[in-house]
Amino acid sequence: MSAAAVCLAIIFLIVAVGAGIGFLAGVRRRMDLEQWTVAGRGFGVLLVFLLMAGEVYTTFAFLGLSGWTYSRGGPTLYALAYLTLAYVVSFFILPPIWEVGRRHGMQTQSDFFRVRYGSRYLTAFVCTVGIAAFVPYLQLQITGVGIIVSIASFDSIGRTPAMAVAVALLVGFVFAGGVRAVAWVSVLKDALMLIAAVAIGIGVPLLCFGGIGPMFAALAAARPTHLTMPGATTNLGHAWYVSTVLLTSLGFYMWPHAFGAAFTARSADTLRRNAVVMPLYTLSLAFIFLAGFTAVLAIPGLANGDLAMLTLVRRTFPPWFLGVVGGAGALTAMVPAAIFILTASTLFAKNLYRPLIAPTMTDDQVARLARGTVVVLGFLSLALAMFTSTTLVSLLLIGYAGVTQFFPGVVLGLYWRRITTSAVFTGVVAGVAMAVFLMLAHRDPWFGVSAGFLALCLNFVLVVLVSLLAPAPNTDSDASPGTFELRPSVG
Amino acid sequence: MRRPSTAATALALIPFAAMCFSVSLWDRVEPMVLGLPFNLSWLIAWIVLTPLCMVVAYRIEAARNARGPDA
Repeated sequence: MSAAAVCLAIIFLIVAVGAGIGFLAGVRRRMDLEQWTVAGRGFGVLLVFLLMAGEVYTTFAFLGLSGWTYSRGGPTLYALAYLTLAYVVSFFILPPIWEVGRRHGMQTQSDFFRVRYGSRYLTAFVCTVGIAAFVPYLQLQITGVGIIVSIASFDSIGRTPAMAVAVALLVGFVFAGGVRAVAWVSVLKDALMLIAAVAIGIGVPLLCFGGIGPMFAALAAARPTHLTMPGATTNLGHAWYVSTVLLTSLGFYMWPHAFGAAFTARSADTLRRNAVVMPLYTLSLAFIFLAGFTAVLAIPGLANGDLAMLTLVRRTFPPWFLGVVGGAGALTAMVPAAIFILTASTLFAKNLYRPLIAPTMTDDQVARLARGTVVVLGFLSLALAMFTSTTLVSLLLIGYAGVTQFFPGVVLGLYWRRITTSAVFTGVVAGVAMAVFLMLAHRDPWFGVSAGFLALCLNFVLVVLVSLLAPAPNTDSDASPGTFELRPSVG
Repeated sequence: MRRPSTAATALALIPFAAMCFSVSLWDRVEPMVLGLPFNLSWLIAWIVLTPLCMVVAYRIEAARNARGPDA
């Protein structure tokens, strides 16, 4: 068999097994809305871990990080810090979110805003920002599948057929098995990704330079500034690092899918245990850094840094291993894409369509509409990936800055009684507007500080000020501090 | 919602101080540790140390929850 045929066969086998696991996960269960979106709130530590790891380690971790390490150097280190710290933050916010979620039967992030603040318009705004933020993220994953499979198959499969097959499969298993399917496909995805990352991170420097130490010694001698901040950039210095790590670690669980994953847990304690162990998984990313740094001297002058790792693997490893990397990479894009599509569809059906257009719909009708939306969104994202350029990557950063603006409404909503609905609305609208404006005006970073972080500061100040302007509520001493206030559900 | 205990919050601030705020102190290439640049090895060390901080925070919160919701 030719090298390309070996690779292709292995990629195909891995993707087929992955999709098969997804289909089986939903078999013999009645998929009502509660099963489909939050798996009946029955996941233990291991499945929550797999689901959360599955949605964190996306094509951005696989291709983007090695690409950034290659083209920008030092500033990329922010990824190791923010992921670790995001789990520290989750220790404090996910267990209370789970508690109120169970008490009020929440399945989505927008449910949280509806129950806590009782405003139909705030909920619709939060829901729309959430869905909009998914569009570039989803498109990035689908484009990633195309890149990975075409390189790993020695260009014998085009990008478009690879993307079409991947979308059809992931739409199929999400439709059939919901969030349970996503968690189970993650088992295979994470195992393969871990093997690939370790083998690449150790193997590539060994084959090119005789080891990790010699590789860094050579790089430190040839490009001494590449390893520290601002690396190969001019404006990503220490102020950028601190503000970006804060923005992304606080904002991480504000992504609607990450927030929603909390509701799948069996108990609040599951989430606390999970928060303790999750940081260790960040170690797997360190190996990807090693590959990116090796590429700087081994294959200089690539126009697109995102291709650095795969190009290096193709050059240094046997074809069958490239097939394993290709298959792992394809699943690494498909699993997050699946959870994005699942979350966006549920948000659309449950928190946008039903309250605004058809208030009389039953939960079963919502579930049917959400599953139908999965198919529509799948093909929409495929079309986007086929017809738009890579400029969407900058939209992804806007999406991140956008969802992070939910943070004050969530955290102060949990812990601070005096917060008012109009204060949260003011803060989140101002924060999103400022982030989008600065980023579209190419003012990110602004005076060396992440634009999204500045927007978050403005948002926080506004929420606190506007809340304090409202007359102090009668302190009802009889309400125990453990209760989550219910507000009337009128718009 | 009941606020987390001061001790658990303080433990959580340790990784933030080490991995985020102190960046200008450890963002250096030398001295290399086990062949890795100093900044990379520092962050890797804290990826391992962070769960240790959080295990202690977990114990503190678990003991507090065991004493009942109003303790």
